[in-house]
Amino acid sequence: MTKKTKKEKRPEPSNSGLIDITRKKFRWSDYLAEKVIKGTAFLSITIIVLIFVFVFRESVPIFSSAKPVEKTETSAGAQPEQETYGEVTDKQVDPEVQETYGEVTDQPAAPEVQETYGEVTDNSEESGSTDESYTVSAGSGHDDNQTALKSLLTKDWVPVSEKPRYGILALIVGTFKITFISILFAAPLAILAALYTASFASRRVKEIIKPTIELLAGFPSVVIGFFALMVLASFLQDVFHYDTRLNSFVGGIAMGIAAIPIIFTITEDALTAVPKSFYEASLALGASKWQTAFFVILPAATPGIFAAVLLGIGRVFGETMIALMATGNAAQMGLNPFESVRTLAATIGAEMAEVVFGDTHYNVLFLIGSLLFIFTFVINAIAEFYVKGKLMKRIQGK
Amino acid sequence: MIRSYKNNIKGILIEGLTLSSALLIIAIVVVMVTVIVIGGKDQLSWEFLTSFPEDGMTKGGIFPAIYGTALLVILMSIAAVPFGTITAIYLTEYAKENSVIAKTIRFAVRTLAVIPSIIYGLFGLGFFIKFVGTQMDNTFMGGELKWGQPNILWASLTMALLTLPVVIVSVEEALKTVPNDLRAASLALGATKWQTIRKVVIPGSISGIMTGTILAVSRGAGEVAPILFTGVAYYVATLPASLSDQFMVLGYHIYVMTTQSANVDQTMPIQFGTTLVLLMLTFILNISAIVLRYRIRKKKSN
Repeated sequence: MTKKTKKEKRPEPSNSGLIDITRKKFRWSDYLAEKVIKGTAFLSITIIVLIFVFVFRESVPIFSSAKPVEKTETSAGAQPEQETYGEVTDKQVDPEVQETYGEVTDQPAAPEVQETYGEVTDNSEESGSTDESYTVSAGSGHDDNQTALKSLLTKDWVPVSEKPRYGILALIVGTFKITFISILFAAPLAILAALYTASFASRRVKEIIKPTIELLAGFPSVVIGFFALMVLASFLQDVFHYDTRLNSFVGGIAMGIAAIPIIFTITEDALTAVPKSFYEASLALGASKWQTAFFVILPAATPGIFAAVLLGIGRVFGETMIALMATGNAAQMGLNPFESVRTLAATIGAEMAEVVFGDTHYNVLFLIGSLLFIFTFVINAIAEFYVKGKLMKRIQGK
Repeated sequence: MIRSYKNNIKGILIEGLTLSSALLIIAIVVVMVTVIVIGGKDQLSWEFLTSFPEDGMTKGGIFPAIYGTALLVILMSIAAVPFGTITAIYLTEYAKENSVIAKTIRFAVRTLAVIPSIIYGLFGLGFFIKFVGTQMDNTFMGGELKWGQPNILWASLTMALLTLPVVIVSVEEALKTVPNDLRAASLALGATKWQTIRKVVIPGSISGIMTGTILAVSRGAGEVAPILFTGVAYYVATLPASLSDQFMVLGYHIYVMTTQSANVDQTMPIQFGTTLVLLMLTFILNISAIVLRYRIRKKKSN
């Protein structure tokens, strides 16, 4: 009976009057419901595609500078912007930046700079298309887009000036620096805590740790940013005695706090997914509890831990509010952790509201957004496919 | 004896190391909460919650921000919860576990969950405001600017996209707890698949849908980056009355007060007070979600 009615979606000659009544009346709604549900389920795929299309669409004009209308808009919009810009970054505008701002001698993208930053493949691609669009529209007079493209691989981020330059290298270096610091802080802490929860903690302790981490995951990033700005920055300055109060170190620690729940949760899942037989076999061979935890369980879960760290990186990389509030927001290249930095996401967050739509600055910000999107997409794909396959293989003992 | 004395000490050290990491994380949470509670508790009063900002936001309350946040999350839930629930129903009831479609949808959902929130902001600007909004203006308003600019509708829709994966994941988890026997019994009684879903599966997982909604609301109430340029305002004198109005939000209020106000020290109590309100809001929501989910899991294990 069950099987028969399950198949009822397919029209088939009826043989019983009773079923017939319900069937005839509802088959249409059933069919419709399934189609609607299926269609809605595709929404999430559609959204991804739309995000892809629309974020890229707005960054395209930099590469094809054949838009005379926007050119006029640009020159009209760039000047009054200057005042508002000063307001936004008020105290954060670093004297050093202003210095470089003064010694403008429009150097094109230095090749050696590009070399040290070879890992960002997207940039080399951009520089390729840079040249292309440059030659194509050489005589058309849209030098704004061209200078923007040429300056893309320099380290000066001076979007609002007589001669705007959009060098995103300093922003990329800043983002990676802060990501590095925060992962260095968050990953060991979260992994060790997860190991404790999975291997040593009693049930009662688990019931304290896990909800606390869940609460931390629920902390709005603006609250963590506020905490970093008001309390953490002063505290760390007292401990380490550095000059700039807001810097990549403070920002990194704050973002690390935001990344801890992600790393912890996924690591803990990976650790508990290790089959019990591993644990029992290890104990049976005479290993102690900590030896089992450290030399059996932890290695068996490495792919999952790797995924956890990757997703933590993804979280930190695109974090906006903490970056805006706690990093100082000055675009500098230096590797000193106690210097202010400006991250890619913070740049979008701080400047997008001020730009003129269709302006080169607007397009460059969307280009930065595309970079962020590609980066997190790739990280997620790696975590999803590569790591998961490996984890399954290892646990199944192949 | 295999376990030597030396090994024992090593074991204690290592267990202590892991324990102290766990304790450090808990300590961070406790310190953050304590600092914000101590800083904000004096500010918290009925007037603070129900009055408008005064004197260039240096005095007065945060009512418009609370109202804006509430409106935002309600509109967001209206958009996100039905779509999220339906997607979860498709994944558990219709799609085969290992089909390409189901796998692709799952991958898309997880990708949505990790895309930085600022990208949603860019998408909201590029798609809702610049594309849909401008089209709407051209067709309905005769080119007059109404929908092609930041407002609460676009902000809520942007936020709905961000919270969609949250809803999908928790509803899916709840749907899986409905026993297959119930489905089989319903089908055996002659109900169609859609009837079974409507009358048996969804009522059985209502608490999961609630958990998803609560988590989504908590997430939406705290996020600022997606609405930075899709509708939030620094200060509006009136409450938003229509979908095309701009609005204030607690999170953005904190951000603006701490980084862009003229006198940060003077507004310090308001900043702490606002942060405390936002934190309490997300805490209450999260704790109720945790409790609900705990119950669902208990039901599953029974």
